[in-house]
Amino acid sequence: MTELTVLQSADPLDPASPLAVRGLTVSYGQKPALFSLDATFPAGAMSAIVGPNGAGKSTFLKAALGLIPKVSGDVAVFGRDVDRVRDRIAYVPQRASVDWDFPTTALDVVLMGLYGSVGLWRRITGAHKAQARACLERVGMADFADRQIGQLSGGQQQRVFLARALAQEADLFLLDEPFAGVDAATEAAIIGVLKALKAEGRSVIAVHHDLSTVSEYFDHVMLVNLRRIAEGPVATTFTAETLAEAYGGRLGAMQIDALALQGA
Amino acid sequence: MGGFFDALFLQSGYNAALVTLGATLLGFAAGAGGSFLFLRKRALVSDAVAHATLPGVGLAFIVMVALGGDGRSLVGLLAGSAISAFLGLLAVEWIVRRTRLSEDAAIGAVLSVFFGAGVVLLTVIQGMSRGRQAGLEDFLLGSTAGMLMQDALLIAGGGVAVVCAIWLLRRPMTLVAFDPAFAAARGVDVRRIDLAMMGVVLAVTVIGLKLVGLILIVALLIIPPVTARFWSERAETVVWVAGCIGGLSGWIGAAVSASAPALPTGPIIVLVATVAFAASLLFSPARGVAAAVMARRAFQARVHRRQGLLALARNEPIHDPLTIRILTAEGLLRPDGVATQAGHAACQRVARDERRWSAARRLHKDTALTGRYDGLTPIEEVFTGDEIAWIDRHVVTEGAA
Repeated sequence: MTELTVLQSADPLDPASPLAVRGLTVSYGQKPALFSLDATFPAGAMSAIVGPNGAGKSTFLKAALGLIPKVSGDVAVFGRDVDRVRDRIAYVPQRASVDWDFPTTALDVVLMGLYGSVGLWRRITGAHKAQARACLERVGMADFADRQIGQLSGGQQQRVFLARALAQEADLFLLDEPFAGVDAATEAAIIGVLKALKAEGRSVIAVHHDLSTVSEYFDHVMLVNLRRIAEGPVATTFTAETLAEAYGGRLGAMQIDALALQGA
Repeated sequence: MGGFFDALFLQSGYNAALVTLGATLLGFAAGAGGSFLFLRKRALVSDAVAHATLPGVGLAFIVMVALGGDGRSLVGLLAGSAISAFLGLLAVEWIVRRTRLSEDAAIGAVLSVFFGAGVVLLTVIQGMSRGRQAGLEDFLLGSTAGMLMQDALLIAGGGVAVVCAIWLLRRPMTLVAFDPAFAAARGVDVRRIDLAMMGVVLAVTVIGLKLVGLILIVALLIIPPVTARFWSERAETVVWVAGCIGGLSGWIGAAVSASAPALPTGPIIVLVATVAFAASLLFSPARGVAAAVMARRAFQARVHRRQGLLALARNEPIHDPLTIRILTAEGLLRPDGVATQAGHAACQRVARDERRWSAARRLHKDTALTGRYDGLTPIEEVFTGDEIAWIDRHVVTEGAA
């Protein structure tokens, strides 16, 4: 406990970072899901959060957003309290969290991303709809605007959710497993959009489960398994040692070597 | 019958017209407000809220009599019912949050305990020597009999207020119902919106007590939204269509009840709504039972037609009676099982389609397009003419090789 106290009283978190945490501990009941985690994600980069199942990756995003209470630690988004910068954050939750029979079209879902700028009471105008359509266009879903979301494939649903995040015109994009269960065409479309966001100077942080694409897609990586195992540029951080530490016996030695070689 | 039409067109007196108007507005508010509950999948919470009104009605009566009144002020009774319904709602929330019981168990517990307490209180009240207790049991099933003008105005005004609240809260409530994690990340206070949603339900329940009764108000909250869901794929449309269905049910139901005062109002309004539900369930073009049966049969016919033609193309005999019937009916097959001239042509087309598909699936890079092969979809619906020409060249060369 003394160690945690010291961490909490240290200097303010880096205001240039889109997301920085220090001493973050989150617990479900009496069992911590994340323990005393430090991280500083770079601005204008694509960062991956990587770790085995149940390592606390999604929990990290939710705790950073204040969706679940933290037991201890500090979180700063652009150097400020998350509640004061919500307009600058776009969050794409895991696809499974939604009722797919909900009566809403793809366009309606994207319009939900505009509620921040439309306000709660003003009418949704043609301009808003055009803006939402443009977001669908960016993810290649313009032809599906009027489909009920349950009638779309898993990959198409994920693209609609990304379009909703685009509509928010945020500076920080937090995505929870955006490539889980999607087809190859969708994966290519999503990564294209994310790279375009990065080119616009926006920051992307994604929970990512596919180790074979980490080096190809991302600049920065945090390996996590309850604690932070390693964090830094992919080229120097995504190594055989850190992977072995994060995954323990779950990855064979040959797999680890193959993955680490890709990064080198 | 004449009495019914007079009531329907608000011609049977000022008071009856007001009651009908009140029932219409109440029905609209219940349908629209219940939609969010339905979309949030918490419809049964409203049943607990409704049953939890009863002890409040009894206690309010006792308090008003103790203060020297006759205990029949509708405002007083409704205020009492609102307080106890709110306590019931808090009890459900508390049990779900603080214990390991699930929401359905909490609903069952709260509903039965509060309703039981209410029935005991009503029994006590029957034995009281003061106050005008006759008619209190009307709160169970609703009644228009003996309704005062101010009562009807209270119901109508309450209905309008609830509809305004729904309109103001429609976007956050839709957001929370669809994707609470996203809503919370946007900074929407999900718990407060849920409470507001329940506040709407509570208000509908309380103002509907006199007219529909506490046992059946839940039907007026749930039946219109599930009916509206048959007709729309958009949440906002579902909300307002449900409001209209609820409003119409209230209107027609109140008119029937006014022309036949011996019938309780609540059940009649609910029965009218049920007719709309049954009709939608059967005949909705997109989600109805009839449409589903027809779509299934049409699909089955397509499968049998395709399989039959492929069998003919391979010179295999067809045994399935349904396949034979379909091909014969289309004039593709003679009664003796031999293909007609049109049948031969159709066979050729189907066989060519299969060959093209198998080549396309092997050669074409875009899995989004080749993935649309399902054995039934003609290749012309997926690929353009020049693409098919390109595919055909490969079919031919392979045939030659």
